[in-house]
Amino acid sequence: MLRSLVLPLGALALVALFPMSGATFYVELTTKIMIMAIFALSLDLLVGWTGLVSFGHAAYFGVGAYTLALLTPKAAAAGLWTSLALAIGIAALCALVVGVFVLRTRGIYFIMVTLAFAQMFYFVFHDTKVGGGSDGRYVNVKPDASIAGFTPFDLDKPVHVFYVVLVVLVLVFVFLQLLLRSPFGRALQGIRANEQRMRALGFPVTRYKLAAFTIAGALAGLAGYLLAAQTGFVNPELVSWHQSGDVLLMVILGGAGTPYGPIVGAFALTLLHELFSTFTRHWQLWLGIAIVLIVLFMPGGLAHVVRRVRRGLFGGGGDG
Amino acid sequence: MAEPILSATGLTRRFGGLAACDGVAIALARGQLHALVGPNGAGKSTLINLLSGDLKPSAGSIGYKGTDIARLTPDRRARLGIGRSYQKTNIFPAFSVLENARLAAQSRDPRPLAVFADASRDPHSRARALRGLELAGLAASVERIAGALSHGEQRQLEIAMVLATEPEVLLLDEPLAGMGADESARMVALLERLTSTHAILLVEHDMDAVFALADVITVMVNGQVLESGAPAQIRASVEVQRAYLGHDDA
Amino acid sequence: MDIVAIQLLNAVQYGLLLFLVASGLTLIFGIMGIINLAHGSFYMLGAYMAFSLASLTGSLAVAMVLGVVLSVVLGLFLEWALFSHLYKRDHLEQVLLTYGLILIFEELRSLIVGNDVHGVTVPALFGGSVALGDTMTYPVYRLVMSAVCLAIAAGLYVLIQRTRLGMTIRAGASNREMVGVLGVNVNLVFRIVFALGVALAAFAGMLAAPVSSVYPGMGQQVLIICFVVVVIGGIGSVWGALVASLLIGLVDTFGKVLVPEYAGVAVYLLMAAILLWRPEGLFRRG
Repeated sequence: MLRSLVLPLGALALVALFPMSGATFYVELTTKIMIMAIFALSLDLLVGWTGLVSFGHAAYFGVGAYTLALLTPKAAAAGLWTSLALAIGIAALCALVVGVFVLRTRGIYFIMVTLAFAQMFYFVFHDTKVGGGSDGRYVNVKPDASIAGFTPFDLDKPVHVFYVVLVVLVLVFVFLQLLLRSPFGRALQGIRANEQRMRALGFPVTRYKLAAFTIAGALAGLAGYLLAAQTGFVNPELVSWHQSGDVLLMVILGGAGTPYGPIVGAFALTLLHELFSTFTRHWQLWLGIAIVLIVLFMPGGLAHVVRRVRRGLFGGGGDG
Repeated sequence: MAEPILSATGLTRRFGGLAACDGVAIALARGQLHALVGPNGAGKSTLINLLSGDLKPSAGSIGYKGTDIARLTPDRRARLGIGRSYQKTNIFPAFSVLENARLAAQSRDPRPLAVFADASRDPHSRARALRGLELAGLAASVERIAGALSHGEQRQLEIAMVLATEPEVLLLDEPLAGMGADESARMVALLERLTSTHAILLVEHDMDAVFALADVITVMVNGQVLESGAPAQIRASVEVQRAYLGHDDA
Repeated sequence: MDIVAIQLLNAVQYGLLLFLVASGLTLIFGIMGIINLAHGSFYMLGAYMAFSLASLTGSLAVAMVLGVVLSVVLGLFLEWALFSHLYKRDHLEQVLLTYGLILIFEELRSLIVGNDVHGVTVPALFGGSVALGDTMTYPVYRLVMSAVCLAIAAGLYVLIQRTRLGMTIRAGASNREMVGVLGVNVNLVFRIVFALGVALAAFAGMLAAPVSSVYPGMGQQVLIICFVVVVIGGIGSVWGALVASLLIGLVDTFGKVLVPEYAGVAVYLLMAAILLWRPEGLFRRG
């Protein structure tokens, strides 16, 4: 078991020491990747562990982001702890309400209705006064993290933001790993493996799915909040289906249902993006081709490939 | 005859113009094994699905301990104590044998809010699972991956999972299907043991097993009950012989 | 009253056009079990083809004929090269692969034709308006659009209900393996159905081009609404797609008139209501 932790802990150490190198652009890029990793981890709870392919997860991501933007006064900072709690709570509530509707469907219908409901959120943010239209809104002042006079970190400093996001990523990861081995998590995996049997055994399957959907939405809201706090800007594109597609891609690319898959996927997709866009303006073409080829020839995603490589290098067992 | 624990009257299920199950009445009592036989297409699977909740009835009622459960979902009925096994093996192939049974047992004590607990170490669900596995004869295989088991062993796991939920009623859909002679004998012995403490509905094609185990036999043909009674009565019935026992069923 | 009549005509026209695109989607899913996110891209490609070919040949009609031929070829090729490999795969992989296709189509269009918004002129034969009552007029072309869509809908009905191919399609939809065992070349049937779906979507784009203009995001927009059509109408049901498309046409058109700020949401609220009442769609097959 310890050997399987070497690689991830090593990576964590590297990432933690990274800001020492001083390159602000890369620090901010890595921060963004880590936020997307949190977003992807939240989706994997649905896709990889419960077997629910949601194509509308960006809705809760956007809700988290917009909540911060809406709570931040024009010229002052919002309190971080309260605004964060509200962002997560509202995102969870939205996921709960949408969940009640979409979980009445299965399979292909589920994919379509999750997409459709996310579009509804898109329209609300894009067309109505709530969202501020297609131009989006600014978070003029970063949230203030002080509690009782003590300020643990300053979100105006990119390095502080980096470490805050890193800590959150680790906490979310650990939380999800604990959740997965808990009775609730086992039931989710059972639902993914054989939903009918779970029902026959006496599990109220829909209630479990709804709980998973809500938790996933809450965590997506957390990621959205962090993004808004980092970039200081929100716009309807955060809720677009491109965003939903991107995060789904990260999950699948990295390997759905594996512990590190979503994190790997977030890094890989962003790096692919950076790589392709340095060569050509039409990087999406190469991304599209890459996706098609990967699906056709590498169905297990990157985590599957990594596992095979690991087995080749280190021999035998040890699942990442 | 003991007081019936699960009884259905006028149970009907239509698919378009076809009544797969037509006005069927059946009763199960604790300490009794009630066998359900009939040619293919007789409606036996439909009846079991109606009792377990996998299908909703077009008409009729199902009483369980005094309440009408005909409108209840399968998971509600399972929690009330009605367990069912499937004709087509319906396990979790990627999980270990122990985890299959443990997950089944977990349904009795779900503890969904115990976020920090490691479910696989939970003593209660493990104990129930191991009991079920032992009864089904799989105690030696707990660490194996369910998908790697032989067909007969998978049928045993199928039963173990139901037993792990500690039901009062067992709806068993062809548990002997595809089993060799030894495995069948073991399963028959198990069913014999279980009868004294459960109410069992057994759908089977293996007539030797049926006559060895059953306290009551119901014969279905074309969705309706042709005859129902003690094994000796069924054996002697001319109508049943004409409709069913005369044909050779694999 | 005339205003209502005009909006009603608009609603029907929009609904029928939507039906053309959605029928392809629901057929492909109902018969082959494939969810194709790139279906909207065919609509977009059709519109851009109409624009480019019309500019080249000077005639929208010629452009449409050429465009349909090209789309059928494209459909046959795509099925052979990609989609035939997807039948055994799960939905997640289909979603992913077709998402990649969307990116490819969008960029190819961007490379070949660019990202500009274009207008396509209505053919002179159908230009002008027709009088409705005393004060209102209605564009002839829109009436022609509705007529063409209705004709195609009728054609689809005849094809599916009254021809051998249609019978095979219906049989294949309920039991693929059985049909294969009976000696029917299932692969060929699938290829034809797929090409038909592509052609329908592309033709819809061509037809719509003079009215809605030709712009990059049109594929995505129509796709999501098509999903709503399929959810409301029931997967695999062409009749359901027709009813749902008209319903959406009505809700969307009158929504824009009555509650303009929330019009975009109206269609989804309709879908939510249907989900509460009939989660499998109004006309779920089987």
